[in-house]
Parts: sequence; structure tokens; C-alpha cells
Amino acid sequence: MFTYTIRRLVLAIPVLLLISLIIFALLKFAPGDPMAQVPMTVPPEVKAKMRAALGADQPLIVQYLLWLKQFFIIEPLHILGTMTGYDLVGNAQRVISWQTRSPVADIIAQRMPQTLTVVGMSYVVGVLIALPIGIVSAYKQYSWFDQIGTFVSMIGFSVPTFFTGVMLILIFSVYLGWFPSIYDTTLVVDSWPHFWLQVRQMVMPVAVLALYNAAQISRFMRASMLDNLQQDYVRTARAKGMTEQVVVLKHVLRNSLIPVVTVIALGVPQIFGGAIITEQVFKVNGLGALLINAIYADDLPMVQTLTFIFAILIVIFNLIADVLYGILDPRIRYD
Amino acid sequence: MPDGALPVLDVKGLKVVFKTRGGEVHAVNSVSFDLKPGELLGVVGESGSGKSVTMMSLIGLLPSPPADVREGQVLFDGQDLLTCTPDTLRSIRGARIGFIFQDPMTSLNPVFNVGFQIMEPLRKHMKLSKAKAADRAVELLELVGIPDARRRLDDYPHQFSGGMRQRVMIAIALACDPQVLIADEPTTALDVTIQAQILELVRDLRRKLGMAIVWITHDLGVIAGIADRVMVMYGGQVVEQSPVKDLFRNPQHPYTRALLKTVPGVLGERPEKLNVIEGQPPILMAAPSACAFRDRCAFAMPRCAKENPARVQVGAGHDVACFWDPATNGPRNA
Ligand SMILES: Nc1ncnc2c1ncn2[C@@H]1O[C@H](COP(=O)(O)OP(=O)(O)O)[C@@H](O)[C@H]1O
Ligand SMILES: [Mg+2]
Repeated sequence: MFTYTIRRLVLAIPVLLLISLIIFALLKFAPGDPMAQVPMTVPPEVKAKMRAALGADQPLIVQYLLWLKQFFIIEPLHILGTMTGYDLVGNAQRVISWQTRSPVADIIAQRMPQTLTVVGMSYVVGVLIALPIGIVSAYKQYSWFDQIGTFVSMIGFSVPTFFTGVMLILIFSVYLGWFPSIYDTTLVVDSWPHFWLQVRQMVMPVAVLALYNAAQISRFMRASMLDNLQQDYVRTARAKGMTEQVVVLKHVLRNSLIPVVTVIALGVPQIFGGAIITEQVFKVNGLGALLINAIYADDLPMVQTLTFIFAILIVIFNLIADVLYGILDPRIRYD
Repeated sequence: MPDGALPVLDVKGLKVVFKTRGGEVHAVNSVSFDLKPGELLGVVGESGSGKSVTMMSLIGLLPSPPADVREGQVLFDGQDLLTCTPDTLRSIRGARIGFIFQDPMTSLNPVFNVGFQIMEPLRKHMKLSKAKAADRAVELLELVGIPDARRRLDDYPHQFSGGMRQRVMIAIALACDPQVLIADEPTTALDVTIQAQILELVRDLRRKLGMAIVWITHDLGVIAGIADRVMVMYGGQVVEQSPVKDLFRNPQHPYTRALLKTVPGVLGERPEKLNVIEGQPPILMAAPSACAFRDRCAFAMPRCAKENPARVQVGAGHDVACFWDPATNGPRNA
């Protein structure tokens, strides 16, 4: 398993390089100018100097290598530097957002917590409610519980989050006034009332995304449980005199979780993608919103960096899913 | 075998129906039989004759729905297993009645190691500590002929061959020293040499442990070698029941006779080609109101279409459900 993991990590390098090249090329050929956001009053010579400082006057291949160096060496060193307190990079050129003129990494670091609390929380909540629902629906197939579960999942699955989001805002903010409709990112949780405020403003976005995630994962769980409940080994467990609890929650569940866990792992990169639409609906100032705004503003370094981070996360979580599969299923030997 | 011994298992008038979309399937109809301590009862019949359903219904292993055990009594040690509480039934399953299934490739849980799966009933029923259970599991694996038993406890089912997995299944079924072992075609899925080994193993275990065995098979040849008594099933009913020697010497039911002809080397001359029984097994969409075998029977009489024959005694411990008498080649007078 260990050598397999190492091998996969090594193999991931060329894959990521290829992805980075594609992202770089795609964005280079897209219209956009680093100076677009600079006021017209700035004289052309100054603009040319700014361009040179960003390396935008170099040949494409040099620009690409420069970006790679910034992304893989300077930025990680910078992060390491901030964590340890040493200055490791001096004043080397970092990846700079065209829109805000500040380093892309700093902005991302600022936005990350919002996304992780709201979207990450919704994923955790979604998984936590999906698993028991899937288990019970399968064990009691066609019962009223299963029917309701199927119906709710279908809604969660097929109704887009911008619709459920707006519906919730209408009902709970506009009519009932229970929850704020806009997520306040400046809120600092330093007291119980503020904590309570934070909980209240998280309820709706988390609910919307959790419903969506739970719908998907509970279906997976149910299908996987149903598959396994019909297996011969279940009959063997019953013939041994095991209680239904042991049969279902130990024998069947352990087998059923294998594919579900990999699906859950594969879904994690979406958290960082920030559920773009939901963040827009509730005005959560997270990574999804950051990406959308960067696209509108032609802020290529930001778009490039975010896209590439998502790509890395997808590759990594694919690997994690495969490794988990190998750990959970003794029949699989990678080495 | 002492003839007068009280049976360990006494099944009376068992009836099992499956509720399906196409209607009710009457899979088992008024099946009665008993099992004496230490006895080996062979159950034969072609595929679909209700052997598995009968045996699984005894200890409540049929999924319900669709199965519905409608009538009957299953007396085990003075208790009716059909009416006792689920907890009582669970304390008997795997402890006092062991079960071996047909397909060893799928009958073990793939994600737990073999040691865990053998120790599970030991810990539950015999309340053994982990260490004691492990010792006993090693003993059991050695008993069923698995070499290097201690080390193999940590292995997973996929690391065993089919024959070895069936040995593990036998070890699990025998873990708590059951009085009754039900083996549902335990060798059907295995190749011939392995079949012979498993058969030899069970014969040996029976000598050592002395439990009563119900051995289901569709192969009369297997039965001849190991059974004390044979029960022939057809269309969800018992059509003939007899001590094994008597059955081979003096088969009464036309179906039994046809089955015997399909066994090469039994009943006189070896046939040129393999005999098969012509026709289809019955479709059991209603409770039987006539003989289920009559469409395939060479000796069918008008009465066979009007009445379902009851089992009648024809010798010591030998009964048959048929209106035809092979001795006279005419209607049976009883
Ligand atoms: N789950 C089920 N649903 C409907 N009918 C069933 C089911 N299981 C078994 N049966 C019926 O019961 C009959 C007897 O099956 P079984 O006991 O498995 O036969 P065998 O003698 O081969 O073991 C079959 O003909 C089949 O029609
Ligand atoms: Mg069967």
C-alpha cells in the first residue's frame, strides 16, 4: 500500500504539469490584459514597466516557467515562512492578482475559512444525515420511511441549489425573519451572542448544501446496502445466530461503506470549489465567490491559481479514494 | 441407531408460501419428518423441489416477505421454533443447530478475517473470551483439516480455495457443538475430488462428534454412501421416505425410481446414455390438489388427477405418497 501510494504520488506530477500547461494555455489565449484595471490616466511608459515587472512581456514559455516557479516554489516557501516566522523568499515576485494587486495566495487564505465553515460543514452534515437514512431506507426497503426518503432525495437531487436557497430565504428570512438572508463574513465569533449569530447565519446555506449532498450520498448508501443485504454472507451471519443489529450494522454496513467512502472522498474537492452558486445566493464571501468575481474581472492569475488548486485537490482526493478502497477492502492488494 | 430414541427435530405439516407479484408460490406443502439423535438424513430431489426452503424455514432463515411460513410445527428440544421468540431462535441458530450453505465462495463475509467469523458464534453463544475463542477457533480449523490453523486465523476468505472455504463454513457451523447440522448441498459447487474430501470429512466428524445431520443433495449417489435414511422431495412435498438400504432395494415412488435410474450403476445395468427424467418440474401456483408428478409419470391413473396422495406406510420406517404399487403394477390397496 505504501509503495503504491508513493508510486501514485510520483505519477501525479506529470499529470499535474500537463493540467497546469493546459490551464495556462487556455487562459493565455483568453482575452484579458493585466493592465485592464489600471486607470487610463497612468502613462503608457509606467504601464510598460508594470508589465515587465509582472513578466508579461516575456515569451510564453518563459511566462509559463515563471508561473510554475512562483506557484510551486515561491508561494509554498512563503506559506512556510509565515508559519515559521522566517523570511524564506525575500522579495521574490509572487503571483499577484491583477484586480487587487495583492498576492493571490493571501486573498485565497483570507477566503478559505468562509468556504470551509459553510461548505465544509454542509458536507459533514450531509454525510452524517445521509448514512443513517441510506441504511434505514435499505433495511426497510419500500417502507414509508424509504418512500419519504426517496421523495426527499429526488427533490434534493433535482431542484437546483439556487432555487432551494431562494425558497429558504423567502420563507425563513423574508416571511418569518428567523435567519439573516445575507452571510456576514466580517462577523467575529468572540462571545456567545456572536456565536449564536454565526450559527443562525450558517443555518440556511448549510441546509441547502447539506440537502443536496445528503440526497446524493444517501442514495449511494441505500443502493450499496441493498446490494449487500442480498448477499449469501448475510444469511450466514443470521444462521450463526447474530442479532439483526450485528448483521446489519457490522456485516452489511462494513461491506456497503467501501464504495460509499470513496464517493465521499471524491466529493471533498467540491467543498473547496465552494459550491459557487450557493455562495452567490447567500453572499458568502468564499472561494466560489472569489473565482466568479475573478472571472468577471479578467483576473487571470487568480483564475489560474484557483483552477489549478482545484485540479490538485481532485488529483489528491482521487488518490485518497483509491488508497481508502485498498484499506477497507482486504481483497484489494495494490502492491 | 436406537429406533425408539426421541427425535431431536420433529417437523409436522410444514407449509411455506412465497408471495410474489405473479401470485402465491406454494414452495413447501405439508412436509413432515423427524430426525433422530446422531442420525444422517439425506434429502434428495431435483432443483426447485423445496429442499432448501424447507430447511431454511426451520430456523427462520427465509426473508419475510416474501416468505410466509403458514402452517406447521418445528419441535426442537420440546420447543416449537416457529412460535418461539426471535431471541430464543437466535440462541438456537448457530449454537445448537448449525447450517452449511451451498456456495462457499459467497457464504463468508469478504471483509472480515476467517478467525473473526469463526469466533463470532463462540463469543456470542458460549461467552468465550477473545483468547479462549481464538484457541477454540484454531481447534476447529484443525478439526476440519486446515493446515497451519493458528496463522490462518488472520487470513481473509479470498485467500482460501473453494474447498477450504467450505471447511471453514463447516468449522463455523460446528463451532458450538450443535446437536443438528443442516448441510444444504455443501458439495454441489465444488469439483469432484474436493466433493469426495468434504464428504469424507463430514463422515469423520460425525463419527467424532455424533451430531445428527440433514444432508441435502440432488445426487442420490452421494446419499447411498453416507445416509441412514432418505427423504425424497418433489414439488414441495415428501413423496417417499425410507431407510437408505430399503430405498435402493425397493423404491416405491415412480419419481424415486426415475431418480435412481439417473444414477449410473444403481438399479442393475449401467445405462448406455445418462438417463434424465422427461418433462418439467411443476409450477406451484396453488396448493396441491392432485399428484404433482402425474404429468411426468408413466403409471399415472385417473385418480392421480383428482386427489393428492397421502403418505402411506409400506414397510418398517418406509412410506410413500403414491397410488401406484410397483409390486402389482396396479393401484395400491390401502
Ligand atoms: N424468494 C423466493 N421467491 C419466490 N419463490 C421462491 C423463492 N425462493 C424459493 N422459491 C420457490 O421455492 C421453490 C423451492 O426452492 P428451493 O427450496 O430453493 O429448491 P431446492 O430443492 O432446489 O433447494 C422454488 O421452485 C421456487 O419457486
Ligand atoms: Mg437448494
